Amino acid sequence: MLAILLATIVLHLTDLIILFISTCANAWRTDGVRNYHLWYDCTQKNGEADCSGTSDADWLQAVQALMVLATIFCLISFIFFLCQLFTLVKGGRFFFTAVFQVLASLFVMSGAIIYTVMSPEMKNENDAYGYAFVLAWLAFPLTLISGFIYIVLRKKE
Amino acid sequence: MLSVLALTSVVLLSLASQITAIVVYTSWEKHALVGSDVRLSCSFFSWHWTSPDVTFSWQYRPDGAKEGISIFHYGGGVAYVDNKGPFRDRLEFVGNPSRRDGSILIKELDFSDNGTFTCDAKNPPDIVGHSSSVRLLVFEKVPVQAGVVTGAIIGVVLGLLILIVAIYYLMRFLVARRVFSLSMSKHGKKGKGKEGTQQKQALAVADPVKLKAAASEKKKQESRREKK
Repeated sequence: MLAILLATIVLHLTDLIILFISTCANAWRTDGVRNYHLWYDCTQKNGEADCSGTSDADWLQAVQALMVLATIFCLISFIFFLCQLFTLVKGGRFFFTAVFQVLASLFVMSGAIIYTVMSPEMKNENDAYGYAFVLAWLAFPLTLISGFIYIVLRKKE
Repeated sequence: MLSVLALTSVVLLSLASQITAIVVYTSWEKHALVGSDVRLSCSFFSWHWTSPDVTFSWQYRPDGAKEGISIFHYGGGVAYVDNKGPFRDRLEFVGNPSRRDGSILIKELDFSDNGTFTCDAKNPPDIVGHSSSVRLLVFEKVPVQAGVVTGAIIGVVLGLLILIVAIYYLMRFLVARRVFSLSMSKHGKKGKGKEGTQQKQALAVADPVKLKAAASEKKKQESRREKK
C-alpha cells in the first residue's frame, strides 16, 4: 500500500509542477525568435529580450484565469490530501481531494480548448505551438487520472 | 585637513549638479478612441524658479519609424504649433508655462497617430535632464483593460468556493444545533415534523459511516487472525 501511496503522491506532484510551468512560462506559441502567450510578447534581439504586454483579447484573459485557477485548485487538493491522510476515518475516501483535482482538470481542459480554438486568429505564418501549450494538454489527462484515483482510493492503516 | 575639505567640497558640488538636473513628467501610455481628442500632459520638476525663458518642445515618432519630427515648441513666451506636418490644424497648446505645465491637445485622432510623443522641457539655467515619452494608442473601441477579465473570473470562482465551504459548515452547524435543541425539548413539547425527519436523516447519515468503519475493522481483525 505504501507503493500506491507514493505513486499517487508522485503523480500529484508531477501534475502540480506541470501546471505551474505551463501557467508561468511564456511559451504557448513560438516563432523561433519570438515567444508569446500567455502573459508577454517577447522578441529575442541580439541576446536581449524585447518584451511587451500580450494583447487584451477576452479569450486570452479567460485562458489566463483558467490556468491560474487550475494551478490553485491542484495545490489546494494536494494540501487537502495531506490533511485527509492524517485525519480521515479508516476506510474513508479522499472525497475533497478528488473533487478539487477533478475541478482542476476541468479548468485546464477548458483553458486548453479555448486557446486551441481561438489562437489561430493571432497566428503568423511561421508559428508553432510552444512547450507550455503541450504541457497544458498533458496536464489535463494526468489530473483527471489523479482525480479518479482519489475517488477510488480508500484509507487503510 | 585640507584634503578632507577638498574632498567634501567636490562631493557637494557633484551632488549639487545632480540636484539641479531637470526632471520631466508625462503619462506612460494614453488610450483614446478614433475621432476623439486627447490631452498629452507634460510637467517638470526643477530646483530653480520658473524662468521666463522656459521652453517646452514636443516630438512625434510614429510606430515603426526611426526618427521623430518636431511638432510643438514653446519658447520666449510664444507657442509654435505644427503647421506643416501631420498635426496641422489639429494641435492646440493648453498648458500654462508659468505653472510648469506644457500640455498639448490633439483633436480628431486617427489610426495614423499611433506613436510615441516625447516632451522636453528646459528651465534655464537648469537645462540638463532626461526627456519623457508618452505612448499614444488609438482604438476603434476601447478594449477591456488587460487583466480585468482574468481577475474577475479568478475572483468569482474563488468567491464561490469560499461561499460553498461556508454554507457547508453552516449547514453542519445548524443541523447539529437542531439535533441538540430537539433532544432538549423531547421531554415536554411536541417536536415539529420537519425537525423529526431531519434528526432521522442525521442519524441515518451517521450510521453508514459507523457501519463501514465497523465492517472494515472487523475485516482487518479477521485478516490478522488468518495471518496468525
